[in-house]
Amino acid sequence: MNTKLFFIYLAIMAGSTYLIRAIPFAAIKGKIENKYFKSFLTYIPYAVLTAMTLPACLYATDYIISAAIGLLVAVIFAIKNKSLTTVAITACSAVFISEMIIKNLL
Amino acid sequence: MKEFTNGLKSGLPIGVGYLSVSFTFGIIAVKYGLTWWEALIISMLTVTSAGQFAGITMMTSPGHYLEMLVSQCTINVRYSFMSISLSQKVNERFKGIWRFIFGFMITDEIFAVASSKKEVSRSFFAGLCVLPYLGWSLGTLIGALLGNILPHALMSALGLAIYGMFVAIVVPDMKKSRSITTVVIIALALSFLFTYTPALKNISAGLSISICAIIAASAGAFLFPIDDD
Repeated sequence: MNTKLFFIYLAIMAGSTYLIRAIPFAAIKGKIENKYFKSFLTYIPYAVLTAMTLPACLYATDYIISAAIGLLVAVIFAIKNKSLTTVAITACSAVFISEMIIKNLL
Repeated sequence: MKEFTNGLKSGLPIGVGYLSVSFTFGIIAVKYGLTWWEALIISMLTVTSAGQFAGITMMTSPGHYLEMLVSQCTINVRYSFMSISLSQKVNERFKGIWRFIFGFMITDEIFAVASSKKEVSRSFFAGLCVLPYLGWSLGTLIGALLGNILPHALMSALGLAIYGMFVAIVVPDMKKSRSITTVVIIALALSFLFTYTPALKNISAGLSISICAIIAASAGAFLFPIDDD
């Protein structure tokens, strides 16, 4: 591919992504006082993370069933308040083991 | 220094998770005709998964500048909500130029970990960014240069790492708060709706995540406004 074209596209991609992130972060200096907007900002992380996780995570591995098992294991360990790393590792291990079983059965 | 080290540790699972995602990006970028260094530069300057994947599908043909801009903005608009949210979490020394520097690293996962903290310091955030950035860049490079050498089963399993982290952030707080649980359920229902309903599923994943999250968080704010701490 043409190098000049590459850099034009790169500038659009990297530039727009950076500005979307940095401008709101730098522009809002004080604490937001509005009760509703504050509540909105409290809830937004949970809403974003949930919408990103499901159903997308079901398609993140080779089989929907192994992803579902991994997710279930993650939920169980999260209920037990395990650390992020522990939950992530156990979930991946659950996927790995269940896919070994699935592949050997088929 | 302790804050930086804490951040570094918190970034470890993100960095590992990024390795597998960016590895895939590296492979695909080369398949689309980019060179290894082009793939690497994209990752090092953009640091966003969905945006990069969408971007390289468009890069190969000339003249789609406006389309590129629009698709990047819709996929990435969620970051602006994250950065507003984060602007309320950082402590008073985290201001000015530092926000322009570290604003670069507001990714879904870094935001997730930072927002699980009561207060975010500059050193913690700096530490938090290190391993994800290395993981993202290194994964891209390895993927672009070496392609499919890691055992496939391992890559498949690592695909769940990032989602496991999300679960570990959301679920414990659902136990503590009924309002958070309600917001999660609304977001969940909307997300399924946007993924499987014929008319809605054509909306890009990045944009539909933003729409779902805005509706669910607004509903939460309206139903359970938080009175003050």
